[in-house]
Amino acid sequence: MTVRLQAAGLTVGYGDRMVVDGLDLDIIGGTVTAVIGPNGCGKSTLLRALGRLLPARGGSVLLDGKKIDGIPTREVAKVLGMLPQTPQAPEGLTVADLVARGRQPHQAWYRQWSSDDEAAVAEALRLTGMDELAERTVDELSGGQRQRAWISMALAQGTSLLLLDEPTTYLDLAHQIDVLDLVQRLHGEMGRTVVMVLHDLNLAARYAEHLVAMKGGRIVVQGEPGEVLTEEMLLEVFGLEARVVADPVSGTPLVVPIGHRHRV
Amino acid sequence: MDVPEAAVVEARKGLRLGPFSWPLRWRPLVLVVGGLVLLALAMAVNIGRGDFPLTIGQVLDVLLGGGRTSHRFIVLDLRLPRSLTAVLVGAALALAGAIFQAVARNPLASPDILGVTWGASVGAVSVITFGGVLTGPVAEVGIPVAALAGGLFFGVLVYALAWRKGIEGFRMVLVGVGVAAIAGNLTQYLLTAGDVNDAARAMVWITGSLNGRGWEHVVPVGAALVVLMPVAFVCAHVLGALQFGDDTVRGLGVRLNPARSVLLLVGIALASVATAAAGPIAFVALAAPQIASRVAATATPPLLGSSVVGGLLVVVSDLVARTAFGGFEMPVGVITAVLGAPYLMYLLVRGRREARV
Repeated sequence: MTVRLQAAGLTVGYGDRMVVDGLDLDIIGGTVTAVIGPNGCGKSTLLRALGRLLPARGGSVLLDGKKIDGIPTREVAKVLGMLPQTPQAPEGLTVADLVARGRQPHQAWYRQWSSDDEAAVAEALRLTGMDELAERTVDELSGGQRQRAWISMALAQGTSLLLLDEPTTYLDLAHQIDVLDLVQRLHGEMGRTVVMVLHDLNLAARYAEHLVAMKGGRIVVQGEPGEVLTEEMLLEVFGLEARVVADPVSGTPLVVPIGHRHRV
Repeated sequence: MDVPEAAVVEARKGLRLGPFSWPLRWRPLVLVVGGLVLLALAMAVNIGRGDFPLTIGQVLDVLLGGGRTSHRFIVLDLRLPRSLTAVLVGAALALAGAIFQAVARNPLASPDILGVTWGASVGAVSVITFGGVLTGPVAEVGIPVAALAGGLFFGVLVYALAWRKGIEGFRMVLVGVGVAAIAGNLTQYLLTAGDVNDAARAMVWITGSLNGRGWEHVVPVGAALVVLMPVAFVCAHVLGALQFGDDTVRGLGVRLNPARSVLLLVGIALASVATAAAGPIAFVALAAPQIASRVAATATPPLLGSSVVGGLLVVVSDLVARTAFGGFEMPVGVITAVLGAPYLMYLLVRGRREARV
């Protein structure tokens, strides 16, 4: 039960607008945490601040007990990997080169391809099943393959902490499950700590052991999916009337929205 | 699943020696080695051709320390420095172009389009048209020094104007195009305001010419390359990372703004020094990195490969400019422009097609 990553009174904003406001959050080592909430509630902003991509306006982010902005960014990159929401790769880049780029924090101008790098990249490609597509260029991949390539790059970085910003966006349901199964495997077999922003509440409940529900830059409720994903929370946080039943497959909460119009 | 794993390792071997290691890639290596061979060949031919033709054998004789006195004079004092200037200027422009394109993540970004070489023209043309009071060695040194100052000034100006808590590629291209237009207009004004004969001399300089280039031109460009090339190569590893979105780059532990600033300043300095020596030879900085990156099949222009291609482009263009039009010698910039303009249009058309898909 060690706290790996901690937000303490964290305030983050763009210009005059504060998007995350005095937020406290502990990320426990070896867990999968999903951050949920309506559009514009500050989920991605929180994740970017946790990954030191946005500076704190107030409060702080602590990585293993130390202020993250006091640690050299390269040292942070050896411990904490970040997958942005819609990452951009240069045209013509191969999957192997993309994944190899994950080794950047471990390299220097005179050490650009050590045997450690080679082993880590081969392993990352194998784990995501991208090894057979290694020589393809990223732009010719399908959405699901591309997302796996980027996750592979984050894996090659070899960090024990992974922050994933909506890793399932633009993917069809089958590929969403693929990606989340992979996340679960990283957690289960390799003990990685994962924090991810997810839109799909049912998948969040199924794949994360800790849910954080945000609204207006603050945490409304957090805890196990069963405690967090309730009909009251859905009404308060999302303004959505819904029934919550047990997922027939996993037993985790399953949201069934009510809405106002129905076909039948 | 041994087979695919083996295939991956096969695809990316390493060149390792103690703490040093580099990925071993064949195509960039072939580009550099093959390019250098072609470059040596083109230089030998270029040195041999002229009013007093020499065979490649005679040229090699002189370069290896032998040959007749008259041959030695022609090769060592007249033609070799000119060819060397061509190579070094081409290499410096191409390296600057490769850096600009990688940092701006845009194949259109190059020192010509971003105003650096136009800035150098402002400097040089003001000395040519209004430097009449300067005579002798001061006037000789005045043009390159003024060009260098102009290039650095306008380059840093683009950089400063494009800075908004950081440098962003697209904004840099837009600001650069604007600044280039201002510098271009200033140059035109200087030409109109000056004496007709000076203006004619200035026009040749603006086109980019290697005519009468001697050792005094080789030394500054060579020195600049000796200092700046290693800096560029040390930064090259970071340059590869800069190809990605800002969040990805910073997530990889790269200090984004310092990395971009150092690289851009190196590029501005390289382009300014090259332009000071031979004028703003068009399109080399734009085309050479793109050609190199296609031949080497890399997503980022390879720095060493781009330099070799740049040198080769200018030497071959110089050979054409000197010998293809009978007794009349074209400025080399005319040839590179004739070759480069269609290439620029190709880039634009291709870019639009991709945007539609």
